[in-house]
Amino acid sequence: MTMEEADLSAPRQPARVAFYNDPFWRSLAYQVLTAAILAGLLVWMWLNTLENLKRANLASGFGFLQSRAGFDLAQTLIPYSSDSSYFRALEVGLLNTLAVAALGIVTTTILGLLVGVGRLSSNWLIRKLATVYVEGFRNIPLLVIIFFWYKGVLNALPNVRESIVMPFGMILNNRGFYFPAPLFGEGSIFILAALVAGIVAAVIWSRRAKAQQMATGSRPPVFWVNVALVLGLPVLVFLVLGAPLTFDPPVAGKFNISGGSFIGPEFMSLYLALSFYTAAFIAEIVRAGIRGVPKGQTEAAYALGIQPGRTMRLVILPQALRIIIPPMTSQYLNLTKNSSLAVAIGYADLVAVGGTILNQTGRAIEVVAIWLAIYVSISLATSLFMNWFNRKMALVER
Amino acid sequence: MTETPSNGLHFVRRELAEARKPPSQEIGPLAWARRNLFGSIFDTVLTVLALLALLWILPDLINWLFVNAIWHGTDRTFCATVAQGGIQPDGWSGACWAFVGDKFQFYMFGSYPVDERWRPTLVFAIFALTLAPLLIPKAPYKVANALAALIVMPVISFFLLHGGVFGLPVVETALWGGLLVTLIISYVGIAVSLPVGILLALGRRSQMSVIRLLCVAFIELIRGVPLITVLFLASFMLPLFLPPGTSVDKFLRAVIGVSMFASAYMAEVIRGGLQAIPKGQFEGADSLGLSYWQKMGLIIMPQAIKLVIPGIVNTFIGMFKDTSLVSIISMYDLLGIVRASFADANWVTAVTPLTGLIFAGFVFWLFCFSMSRYSNFIERHLDTGHKR
Repeated sequence: MTMEEADLSAPRQPARVAFYNDPFWRSLAYQVLTAAILAGLLVWMWLNTLENLKRANLASGFGFLQSRAGFDLAQTLIPYSSDSSYFRALEVGLLNTLAVAALGIVTTTILGLLVGVGRLSSNWLIRKLATVYVEGFRNIPLLVIIFFWYKGVLNALPNVRESIVMPFGMILNNRGFYFPAPLFGEGSIFILAALVAGIVAAVIWSRRAKAQQMATGSRPPVFWVNVALVLGLPVLVFLVLGAPLTFDPPVAGKFNISGGSFIGPEFMSLYLALSFYTAAFIAEIVRAGIRGVPKGQTEAAYALGIQPGRTMRLVILPQALRIIIPPMTSQYLNLTKNSSLAVAIGYADLVAVGGTILNQTGRAIEVVAIWLAIYVSISLATSLFMNWFNRKMALVER
Repeated sequence: MTETPSNGLHFVRRELAEARKPPSQEIGPLAWARRNLFGSIFDTVLTVLALLALLWILPDLINWLFVNAIWHGTDRTFCATVAQGGIQPDGWSGACWAFVGDKFQFYMFGSYPVDERWRPTLVFAIFALTLAPLLIPKAPYKVANALAALIVMPVISFFLLHGGVFGLPVVETALWGGLLVTLIISYVGIAVSLPVGILLALGRRSQMSVIRLLCVAFIELIRGVPLITVLFLASFMLPLFLPPGTSVDKFLRAVIGVSMFASAYMAEVIRGGLQAIPKGQFEGADSLGLSYWQKMGLIIMPQAIKLVIPGIVNTFIGMFKDTSLVSIISMYDLLGIVRASFADANWVTAVTPLTGLIFAGFVFWLFCFSMSRYSNFIERHLDTGHKR
C-alpha cells in the first residue's frame, strides 16, 4: 500500500455538527419517540380493556373453547353436533372455508382462463362477450352477486314436492342439491394407494423421458403413459377388487329428502359468486400475461417450423405463466378471504361460526384474535410458497 | 444506370396510379363477417354457439327486464300473480320497477327525516360542484379546488347532515342510509387512505428500523385478513380499547375500519410506484441539498403517483365495492337498505328481491365503471412520453 492511497482511505475528520443535527442521533430519537408513544398507547388500551371487561363482567382467556357450543351447523365435513365444543365448531368453520375456497379456485381458474383467452380471440363476437363479462363482474360488489344467486336464482328453484329430478338420482330443489353418496367397501384403501403409486410412477416416467430427450433428442410418449398410470392404475385395482363401491341415492319423500349427500343453497351461491367474480380478474391477468410475451417469440417459433399448437404450449405459455402466476396467487388469496362473506348468507365458514360464538359468549378479543391468526397464517404460507416459486421460475439471465 | 432502350423511348410515369378499390370480397359487412366471425372452422363453431346462447338468453332477459316489467304500481298486488294474491296472470314473471320507484327516496337517503332531505340533496350538489372541476384537467385553481373538495367540503357536509348548528335539527347517524352512506364512507375512505397510504409506503422504505417494522406489520396484518374481520374488529373491539363510558358512533367505527383497510392496500400500490423510480432521482434530489420531505414531495412522489394511477383508481373501485360489506355489521348502506326493503310487507312478492338487487348492482356498476373509464382517460392525459 502506497502512502497516497493510505491517505485517501484514512477516515476524514467529520465536520462538527451539533448532536441534534446528526442523522444517527436524530433517527434514533425519532424511533425511540415512536416506540414510546406506541407502547404508551398499547398500555393505555390494555388498561382500558381490562377495566371494560371487569365492568361488563366478562372473563377472558381461551378456556371457553372447550365448553359446549349448543348451536347446530347446517353443513359439516366432519362429525359435529350441538354438543360439540366451540373448538370443534371452529374446526368445522375452517374446513368449510377451505372447502369453498379450494373448489372456487378450481372453477374460477378454468372460467378465467376461458374468458381471458376469449378477450384475445380473433373472433369479434367472442371478444365482445368476454369484454362484457369482465366489465360487468369487475364493477359489481361480490356481496351483490352472492345475494343475486341466493335470493334470485336459487330461491326460484321449486320446493321439495316439485323437485327437479336429474339423471343418476340427483335431485335439485330450493333446499339444495342432492346426489348419491358414494360408499366405499372393503379394501378401498388399496385404490387410494394405487392412485398415489400411479402419480409417483408418472413423475418418475416424466423425468426419465426428459433425460432421454436431453441425451438422444427423441422424446418417448409422456402424456398418454401418464394418463394410463394416474387413471388406469386405480381403475385396474378397483376392478380387480371386484368394484367395492356402492351408492346411497337420495330418496324423495313427501316433505323431505332422505339419504344421499347434499349441498346447501348457501354453499352453492357462495361458490358460484366467488367463481364468477374472481374469474373476471383472472381473465384480465391471463390477457395481460399472454400479451406480455413479445410477438417475436411466436414468429421465431414459427420460423423454426414449430406448429402453432406447440408454439403456444412450449414457447408462449411457459413465458406467460411467469407473468401470470404472481398476480394469480394474490387473486386466489383474495378469493379465500372473500369467502368470509359467507356470514351474510349463513354458510358456516370460519367467520360465520366465529360470529355466532362471539354473540353467544361475548369473547370479542379471543374470537377476533383467532380469525386474525388463521387468515394471516394462510396469507403468510401462500406468500412464502410464492417467493420460493418465483425464485425457482425466475428468468435466468446472462 | 438506366440504359436507353434500343427504340429510344422512355416511359416514366409522372402521376401516381390511382389506387384501385379492393376486391369486393375484401370490403363490406360480408367480408368483415368472414374475417371476424367465420375465419376458420373453429371460429365458425364458436360464433354459432355464441349466437345460439345469445338467442336463448337475450329474449327472455329483455322480456323479464323491460317488456313484462311493471313500471307503475302502489303495492305488491301489481307485481304478484293471481295465485299469489295479485293482479298479474298466473305464470307471469318480470321485473317490478314500480317497487324500486316507490322506494327510490328510501334507497337514496335511508331513514333520513323526510322534511330534512333537502340537506343530503344539497350535500350531493356541493359534492358534484367541487368534484367536477377537480376531475377536469383543464379547469384552473387546482390547489384551491382540492382543498375545498378534501377539507372544506367534508366539514360543511358533516354539519349539514348531522345538524345541531345554525338551528338545524340534529339527525343521528343511525338514521342515515342508502346511497348517502355508501358515498360518505367511500369518500372518507378515499380522502384518508391516500395520505395515510403515502405515509405508510414511505415508512416501509424508511431507514429507521422501528418505523419500518411497524409499517410492515400494519400493512401485512391488514392485507392478510378479510375486510369483514377488520370491520368486526372496529365495531367490537374499538369500544373495549377506549376508556369506559366513551361511546364511539357505529357509523364512525365502520368508517375507521374501511379507512384502515384501504390505507394498507393504498400503501402497497404507492410502494410499487416508489420502487419504479430510478435511484438517480433520489440521488439527484440529495445532491441538490433537498431535505427528506422536499425530496419526497417535490421530486419522488409526483413521479411515483403518476406511475401508479391505475392502481390507485383500482383501489378506489375496490373500496367503493367493499363499502357494501358494512351491511353485514347491520348498517344501512345502499345494499343494506335494498335488503331491508325486501321485508316491507306492502311489497313482498317473488320478484322484488331480484329487482332490488339488480337495481343496487346497476348503481354500483355505474359508479365503478365511470371511475375506471376516468382512470383510463387521465392515464392517457398524464402520459408525458416517458414510457418506452
